[in-house]
Amino acid sequence: MPAPSAAGGPTWTKWLVVAAPYLWLLVFFLAPFFIIAKISLSMTAIAMPPYVPVFDSLSSLGEKLGELSFENYLWLADDPLYWRSYLSSLRIAFISTAMLLLIGYPIAYAMARAPKSVRPTLLMLVILPFWTSFLIRVYAWIGILKPEGLLTVALQALGLLGPTEQVQIMNTETAVFIGIVYSYLPFMILPLYAALEKLDGTLLEAASDLGCPPMKAFWVITWPLSLPGVIAGCFLCFIPIMGEFVIPDLLGGSDTLMIGKTLWNEFFSNRDWPVSSAVAVVLLLILVVPIMIFQNVQRKV
Amino acid sequence: MSKSVGPVKRTFAPWLDPNAKAYIRFENVTKKFGDFTAVDNLSIDIYEREFFSLLGPSGCGKTTLMRMLAGFDEPTTGRILLDGNDLAGVPPYRRPVNMMFQSYALFPHMSVADNIAFGLKQDGMPKPDIAARVAEMLKLVKLEKFASRKPHQLSGGQRQRVALARALAKRPKVLLLDEPLGALDKKLREETQFELMDIQYELGLTFLIVTHDQEEAMTMSDRIAVMDLGRMVQVATPAEIYEQPNSRYVADFIGDINILEGTVAGLEGPVAKVSSAGLDKPIVTEHAGTAKSGDTVWFAIRPEKVRISLDPPADPALNVVSGEVWDIGYLGDVSVYRVKLPNGAIMKSTLANVTRLVERPIGWDDKAYLSWPRDAGLLLTS
Repeated sequence: MPAPSAAGGPTWTKWLVVAAPYLWLLVFFLAPFFIIAKISLSMTAIAMPPYVPVFDSLSSLGEKLGELSFENYLWLADDPLYWRSYLSSLRIAFISTAMLLLIGYPIAYAMARAPKSVRPTLLMLVILPFWTSFLIRVYAWIGILKPEGLLTVALQALGLLGPTEQVQIMNTETAVFIGIVYSYLPFMILPLYAALEKLDGTLLEAASDLGCPPMKAFWVITWPLSLPGVIAGCFLCFIPIMGEFVIPDLLGGSDTLMIGKTLWNEFFSNRDWPVSSAVAVVLLLILVVPIMIFQNVQRKV
Repeated sequence: MSKSVGPVKRTFAPWLDPNAKAYIRFENVTKKFGDFTAVDNLSIDIYEREFFSLLGPSGCGKTTLMRMLAGFDEPTTGRILLDGNDLAGVPPYRRPVNMMFQSYALFPHMSVADNIAFGLKQDGMPKPDIAARVAEMLKLVKLEKFASRKPHQLSGGQRQRVALARALAKRPKVLLLDEPLGALDKKLREETQFELMDIQYELGLTFLIVTHDQEEAMTMSDRIAVMDLGRMVQVATPAEIYEQPNSRYVADFIGDINILEGTVAGLEGPVAKVSSAGLDKPIVTEHAGTAKSGDTVWFAIRPEKVRISLDPPADPALNVVSGEVWDIGYLGDVSVYRVKLPNGAIMKSTLANVTRLVERPIGWDDKAYLSWPRDAGLLLTS
């Protein structure tokens, strides 16, 4: 037996098992978040690290509370760059999640309806891209989408583009959408597939038997029963897309605003840790609030 | 084991009437899945208001036959007619046939009432009418209090009732039941069998039921079709199937039976003498069937028609064999005696335990006599 049971007996071990995930969250989520929140409430300084620390020790907590500065948050509200970045991120995340659902659902549906023997292969193919680094795959898209890239060559070869014409996709929002949809598709397909694969085929037979044509049966049986997968897939995509930084940076132009990119600039180019921390805290709030509302609704159902 | 023929509910035998019109007609229907022939050139007429059972081991084609009638599978060749109309190419959602699925197939995201209303909504029935019909169905299956529950909040028996109510709600011309009571325990199953019969009689429906449970088929059916390898081996009333099986397969499939192989030594009209290896005297039976002199035949007799005694019976008209009591099975209501004949064959005799016998007069290793009248058994030629 491992050490914990030898040290504390059965009740101890039980508690340790229960405590492990909480401990993990405390160390790797709550504590870092607290540090970020703390930085976001301090003032910028030309120093190392580049901010004036607030409440270093508990003893001076009372008097130091007065030093807390919400200036960074006011700054976020003042400068249109930030709220335009947030809105733009929300918009891009919404549109790409919708596109992912539109593309992912038929794929997942076809996979779930495929003969049992080929399903593992199809599943493997969906997961296969993960075997290559995400960054390399996004770089590969540059090679495809750039004006003199593979797409132009292919379209010219097919005669769809004149020999002097080139595709103008690189550094536009379209390129960002292509990159996001490509990168996140497995995260949409997998939960959808899991939900659709569980669906009992006799339910559709029963619906048909009771007079329901197949198209309608899809909307009254298949769709509502796949909703848990739809919701899981949408959250799994929407949340990371919201904070996406690499794809807009590599494929998007200077006019593609996304909050992840703004945050990166604030942190590395401006070296303004307090403001970038505030940006991160607000981003988290934007994401946490709808998740909590959603979970509340789920519990009531 | 005592096997009753089932209550005779009414004089209903349209299959004997040459002028009766078939309601469901399978015409030379064959269904192949790849190389496998699930249904093999099968023809059968089923009549209006009939309770028709398809009985057979798994893989005999009974479920395929039902699925073709529901429209989930199309016959490879042959025709299926419903009330004179060819069903070829009619999709399941346009057939006036409803099915109660073996797994019930209740919609998990809908309440009991919504499940029952589903078929009615598809027909565009006005809302107040739907509500009235759903209430009526809930009352029929005694689930009024459970209307707003979801299927996962119900017991197995309740789910089965919802499935039945949903299938009945549209008042289909034909109700198909695929192993409807398979998931229920014995007591509940027996109760439900009688409820199903009442419902069928009250609503005047035609029921086609698939089952592998012979008791269930015996209890409920007007006619039973015993199937094997995609064919109907025998189609007859429960009593006929039991008392006059047409082959060893049917005789053996329904109930318990003793089968002795022999050859026809003499034939006088329907009375045959059968000599069987190792028996001193030939067996005399009044039901020779189609057997001819010299044929190899199988004499079949149900264990409850064989009397067991310690002394030889006096009546010279009886068939008598003697043997050694090999095994006794006590089942409460009856005891089964397995007697080893001189030729090594085992013959069974069941005796109803009409008194509270603590001490059995017949014990292990006793020499016992088995006897039966001439009309108790019959000859099978296949």
